[in-house]
Amino acid sequence: MKRKNLDKLTIFMFLLPALLLFVGILVAPLISSAYNSFFNWKGFGNKTYLGWKNYKDLFGEEVKFSKAIWHALELAGLSVFIQLPLSLLLALLLGRGIKGERFFLSVNFMPVLISTVVIGQLWRKIFDPEGLLNALLRVTKILGENERNILWLAEKGTNGKSLLLFACFIPMLWQYVGYHMLLMYAGVKSVDPSLREAAKIDGATDWQVDRYVVIPSMKQIIKVSVIFAVTGSLKAYDLIAVLAEIRTEAAAVPSTVLMNRMSLYGQYGMGSAISVILILLCFFFAIFIGAVFKERE
Amino acid sequence: MAMTTSKRNAISSYQVRKSSKALNVIIWVFLALWAVINLFPLYWMFTFSLKDNDQILRSNRFGLPREWFWSNYQKAMKAGNILNYFKNSIIITLVAIIITIMAAMMASYAMTRIEWRGSSMMNKIFMLGITIPIQASIIPVYLVLSKLELLDSYVALIVPYSAFSLTMAILICTGFMDQLPKDLDEAAYIDGCGRTRVFFSVIVPLMKPAVATTSIYTFLQCWNELMFAQTFNTKKEIMTLPAGIQQLTGSYTVEWGPIGAALTIATFPTIFVYILLSRRIQESFIAGAIKG
Repeated sequence: MKRKNLDKLTIFMFLLPALLLFVGILVAPLISSAYNSFFNWKGFGNKTYLGWKNYKDLFGEEVKFSKAIWHALELAGLSVFIQLPLSLLLALLLGRGIKGERFFLSVNFMPVLISTVVIGQLWRKIFDPEGLLNALLRVTKILGENERNILWLAEKGTNGKSLLLFACFIPMLWQYVGYHMLLMYAGVKSVDPSLREAAKIDGATDWQVDRYVVIPSMKQIIKVSVIFAVTGSLKAYDLIAVLAEIRTEAAAVPSTVLMNRMSLYGQYGMGSAISVILILLCFFFAIFIGAVFKERE
Repeated sequence: MAMTTSKRNAISSYQVRKSSKALNVIIWVFLALWAVINLFPLYWMFTFSLKDNDQILRSNRFGLPREWFWSNYQKAMKAGNILNYFKNSIIITLVAIIITIMAAMMASYAMTRIEWRGSSMMNKIFMLGITIPIQASIIPVYLVLSKLELLDSYVALIVPYSAFSLTMAILICTGFMDQLPKDLDEAAYIDGCGRTRVFFSVIVPLMKPAVATTSIYTFLQCWNELMFAQTFNTKKEIMTLPAGIQQLTGSYTVEWGPIGAALTIATFPTIFVYILLSRRIQESFIAGAIKG
């Protein structure tokens, strides 16, 4: 009996540091955000209850939050349909045991480790009107001598259409292809070599082996990659904050609107509403993608 | 190991016979091209950190610097305060790693080595943390920090960083601790050790691989974080590297060289560590994602 009570205390003491961090920084703020999203609040002083007004205002003319969500979904679409297939292709090719496998794997993964701010600043220079990209386009004659420099990062592009969101996507693609490639590569490598061999002896080509043996066994990893790509796009902030500004409209995403409302307008109630929507969206897509993959099993 | 390599060789020799040479060349060219796309921006960053504007923008855009402008690095260090940001980042990241690992190992110990009814439930609750984005906490944590007058301090970032690294750390630690044989604990109890002794002198010393994986994961998460860093610490003396670089590039808009130097200084240590530990780092990422 005594031992049991002692154990309870021990268990509690061992859990305490983790619980403090978890409840203090994750759970309590979550609840407080949900609560504050119904108030008009400047962060200090009185709160006035607004009901759903913050949520309604978000989708109104001034804040244009639906545009931000749409941009995030565009990024998610680009990730899932361009970035992930490219990662899968790289992983499959490297998984075949090509010459220089380790080297390619390591080089492709390297950008993942570099700070997003550094990558953003570097790409700012690449996208600069006089930067690397336009210079390369001129050298390769894709951009003629009489044509103007392309303004990649302008809020309003040369013919009214802004390239900013697309320009933000390119470094995202560049940085994270290696990440998804590595996960998928681990999946490719975990396929039992004897299965591969058996398929080859039966006369299957490399592509057929990949299509009918390797990919079906990677469902779990592909699911994880899709969830990471979509929730990552919903949460995107760093690169856009660096390449554009948090005030941007052409590349507004939920997090930039959140930071904008919080630090420039001091609208903490509305900021909280954005947090709540962002969490719900992340949850929804994580569950939805999980369900889609389950359905196809 | 020998077995798998010989098998792999068998497969690739098979491949050489089956698939056409031309196709292999195309594949190799594609991989090489993609490697160049990965490396070229970094090469360009490094070279322009040693050039002046005339070379960067006009006379020598792609080549190695003709004259080496080391003065760019001096400017980045002096005016840019880069070394100070560096120091701040190291302190904050290190302390966050230590707190994360300690808290995660202790919690994992309570959940995997001691039997009690709610243990798996508790673990599930911790795992919910994976889906919570940092955006959910930023406003409440900011307001609490400002009330406690803790903005512009190391603590302001250390505590949130530890909390947001915790879930993954618990995931990795419980996974590893579960594999350790239970007999170890039993033997120690028979020798008269209490729970705490067992934890510190039996379990912790065996956790080295999990500690390495967790450290790498936590390091990258904290070292590169921008949103909290920019919001909680706005004083120059206390800024981390990402926030500091953002700040620096705001003040150096005309001259490109010093910015390149600052970016290179910020990137070099990570790449250096990566070259030394690439396999270990890659394995950490795989472990984190597959369990998640």
